[in-house]
Amino acid sequence: MQGNPSEGPVEHRPLVGEAERVSKTFGETRALIDVSLGVSAGECHGLVGRNGAGKSTLVSLMTGLSRPDHGTIRLAGEAATGLADRSAWLKKVACVYQRSMVVPPLTVAENVFLNRPTSRRGTPVVDWREMRERAHAVMLEWGFEVDVDQQASTLTVEQRQVVEIARALSIGARFLILDEPTAALEKAAIERLFDRVRRLRDGGVGILYISHHLEEIYEICDRVSVLRDGELVLSGQVRDVNQGSLIAAMVGSMPPRRVTEIEAATTPAALGDQMLEVSHLSVHSRGGSVDDVSFSIRAGECLGLVGLDGSGSATAADSLIGLVKPRSGWVSIHGQRVPPGKVDAVLSRGVGYVPQDRHARGFAPQLGVAENLTMSVLERVSNALGLVSVEARDAIGEQQVDKLHIVASSLQQPVSSLSGGNQQKVVVGRALATDPSVLVVVNPTVGVDVAAKERLLDTVGQARDEGMAVLVVSDDFEDLRICTRLLVIVRGKISREFTQPPWDRQQLISAVEGLDG
Amino acid sequence: MAERVVEPAATTQATPMRRRDPRLMVVNWFRELTLVPVIILLMIAGALVNSVFFTSSNLINVAQGGAALGMVVVAESLILLTGKFDISLQGTFGLAPLLGAWLIAPKASEGLGTEWSSWIGLLVVLLVGLAVGTFNGISVIKGNFNAFIFTLAMSILLTGLQLGWLGGQTVYHLPAAFIYLGSESWLGIPVAVWVTTAVFIAAALFLRYHRVGRAMYAIGGNLEAARAAGIKVDRIRIGVFMVASVLAAVGGLMQAGRVTAVTAGQGSDLIFGVFAAAVIGGISLDGGRGRMVGALTGVILLSLVTNILTLSNISSTWIDAVDGAIILVALGIARVIGTDRA
Repeated sequence: MQGNPSEGPVEHRPLVGEAERVSKTFGETRALIDVSLGVSAGECHGLVGRNGAGKSTLVSLMTGLSRPDHGTIRLAGEAATGLADRSAWLKKVACVYQRSMVVPPLTVAENVFLNRPTSRRGTPVVDWREMRERAHAVMLEWGFEVDVDQQASTLTVEQRQVVEIARALSIGARFLILDEPTAALEKAAIERLFDRVRRLRDGGVGILYISHHLEEIYEICDRVSVLRDGELVLSGQVRDVNQGSLIAAMVGSMPPRRVTEIEAATTPAALGDQMLEVSHLSVHSRGGSVDDVSFSIRAGECLGLVGLDGSGSATAADSLIGLVKPRSGWVSIHGQRVPPGKVDAVLSRGVGYVPQDRHARGFAPQLGVAENLTMSVLERVSNALGLVSVEARDAIGEQQVDKLHIVASSLQQPVSSLSGGNQQKVVVGRALATDPSVLVVVNPTVGVDVAAKERLLDTVGQARDEGMAVLVVSDDFEDLRICTRLLVIVRGKISREFTQPPWDRQQLISAVEGLDG
Repeated sequence: MAERVVEPAATTQATPMRRRDPRLMVVNWFRELTLVPVIILLMIAGALVNSVFFTSSNLINVAQGGAALGMVVVAESLILLTGKFDISLQGTFGLAPLLGAWLIAPKASEGLGTEWSSWIGLLVVLLVGLAVGTFNGISVIKGNFNAFIFTLAMSILLTGLQLGWLGGQTVYHLPAAFIYLGSESWLGIPVAVWVTTAVFIAAALFLRYHRVGRAMYAIGGNLEAARAAGIKVDRIRIGVFMVASVLAAVGGLMQAGRVTAVTAGQGSDLIFGVFAAAVIGGISLDGGRGRMVGALTGVILLSLVTNILTLSNISSTWIDAVDGAIILVALGIARVIGTDRA
């Protein structure tokens, strides 16, 4: 399968970015081994690989954030300059990361011209009119619809990406790296992103498109390259590579068993008692309000709450867990109403919670794996005086590490140094460590690799089989395979219910987009 | 396994993992003790500067001065670990013992003349600390006031009260029990040193082995994660403010006992040294990082510097400048040796 990336018709066009036989070693880890990859003008080149496969390292080499141990980086046909000359790199390449790189208090125009002179004479005095006009011209040229006078703090995730792309293009870069661009986008925004990518491609920009979502690769990319353990294991035209061989290349000899049957039906076991009830919940929130939502979940049942980003699905979860106080309505667990807005009261009644954003709410980065896993069960690992037993903590830690296959050097390894997939496993493990009877998980597999995703979903599915009442809030349809029932939420209201797996992707998409009723 | 920096990609089966990583433990201890070489160097310098330095009376004097500072450093470190800070600890350090002393001291020595038992005075000291801490904690945590500006204002208010209460006078002739903590010795070592050492050890053990101590690291490391994990974050953070102010009040009591009086200026300019000792000792200003051992080395270092400067022939008008310069150098050394400091 060793492909030569310099084959194919797009090769007639000039390369905007190229890595030639680059290697990079960190300590004893060989992050990249003899990797060659080229992106041509007017090409969208997909780059896939599991977490830790070397994608981030390759990006840092190609954007001049670090230097390869061996091999060369070429940009627009010229060998790259030294790392110290940042502006030379920025003129040729830019990466749009998952994390925002815009400065919130500044306007869009200022962000586009960040750290660049805006006056014609080159004086350091800011020429506001010139800057606005030039920023506006960039937006017009590429068909971006963002108001250049808007303050960046008010931008949506999608608009922030646009601003970052506009910044790169206006500097002159024609090689763009998009790192998981769809991770935080709703479906409609993803479509618009694809339109934008096609327009950029047609305008001669070369794009390196990194994603965990393989269907996106097939939708938008011309070529695809696969990294595994730091090596380029596959590279070729997208139309020549089927999904099976792509996944096989990513995971190597051990393909995850369920990946082809993404929406596999699960037979609901005999359902137990009603564990969780949400009644007429209304919440006001900037992240998506909730309007009169009611549902209940029985033991052994997994309810999927499906909605776009901003539809209120995540707000509903945050509110029932007590992070956001509802305007009206109530939540009861085991038939008992819980006081609104008190997280510890809710969790102490046997609810496990996996928050939406693991970096913001999931873990304490400087603390070790075991400490994070036992964060919700400090009472259980300590005695009457409150003294924590290291033995008890490590025992619970080990149990979750085994269950979720968390890869860490020790139970004390700081969670900040784990890969994204393992960090998310720690967050899920923290929720499961409480032996909850109700489990609430929000977007449990965002930004994790295929194998970690499978492991996470299998673990949650197993918890459901053991009689847990599970609420999955997600807009990733693959997460829904463990659900026994789905509720679709559109603009804060429940619009549709699906009770019979398997779920029809088309029906689900049209329901989520609010196309029917 | 222990050598991996980046996670291995294709391992889907959990590989046997160590519970403890000895290397990590060594690294952590090494980080805490980065100041030890600096302290040794300082001691050598002290011996060269003045032969008085290595006399037991001088070292005890250093320890006694460090004890009062140390109490406030423990207090500030606890708050820093939970991701907040409190500038008004220096106000509490001065005002609490002043009010306690004023209540029980004779009229002739600027007191109220009640001649009440020392215990009432001591109780008042603790209660003032508790009251200030509660007020600060509730305002900063529940009231969402910015900790910096709120506790700065509180500090100015408390110091102003301390000055205005007695018109700038000093309370003296304090009863023996009131000054016991700062003036008596056990086995030749001042009681204050014993008590501060005990408080350091207790705080260190509490942070390491108590569930609330661990929760404090979680809160300082990621407040929202701790909240989402069901930790009672507000209650713990307010509690930490309360405990810290009480510790600062006790520190003030030590200082009062040492000089057998409470001046109107006690505690002013203390807080800079407190922050410096904590930060040099590896307590992160961002919260969630640092240990009591490190903070202790910070206190020792700062106390030694002050003492050596006093013993040296440097003109008293220059001592502050040299003090500041040495603290900068210590920060630099700590920054180079340790990783996440300063």
